[in-house]
Amino acid sequence: MLTDAPLSAPALLSEFESEYPDAGAIVSFSGIVRPRNAAGEQVTGLYLQAYSPMTERGMTTSLAGALQRWPLDGAMVLHRIGDMVPGETIVFVATASRHRRAAFEAADFLMDYLKTQAVFWKKETTAAGSTWIEPRSEDYADAARWAKAEGA
Amino acid sequence: MNRIMYWGKLADVTGCANEQRPLPETVTDTQSLRAWIDDLHKADGAFLDPVNRIAVNDEIVIEPADVHAGDDIAFLPPIGGG
Repeated sequence: MLTDAPLSAPALLSEFESEYPDAGAIVSFSGIVRPRNAAGEQVTGLYLQAYSPMTERGMTTSLAGALQRWPLDGAMVLHRIGDMVPGETIVFVATASRHRRAAFEAADFLMDYLKTQAVFWKKETTAAGSTWIEPRSEDYADAARWAKAEGA
Repeated sequence: MNRIMYWGKLADVTGCANEQRPLPETVTDTQSLRAWIDDLHKADGAFLDPVNRIAVNDEIVIEPADVHAGDDIAFLPPIGGG
């Protein structure tokens, strides 16, 4: 669920596909470390900190939530921690289902969880030095969509 | 003895990510804990700010909450997302 080793999205997807040969739809998402930050500055490094076991506990709950909410054959989340450089995969999410809609929505839901509620802190390094990144309000608006859908 | 952890940018304030310290007798709940740590690290109010949450034994607590000798205590700044 958490790893400080480089992630290979193609290898992870291939392995995931072989686990669910009967799925009619498989969706995967790869998050990549961006070469530029919100201010347009060149990013040279990203450090991601997790609080074990709190971080894993929350991720496990979000996976259980996705499996309960959509008819999935399976789902996986693998998140990188530690030091990374732009271009590297920071997160990989995959979902398998009989039909595409559930697989798309569940992957989107899992990513929204990771962006807003997962226990991570990020520090970005640019030529100006290293700074901790504050939460983005857009991410919270994205995550709120699922609460609205639940209330409807 | 208590393990006290400082996550994210709070470690920059204290100069360490975690430390072992016995709670003073006057520290019995999260409110007195915040005041003690803020003073100890001359943090200028960073540990009094409620946006920084407290976890006791790896669970975020609803404050005020009691703290005891032997508890693992963590200070968590707002999460930055994955």
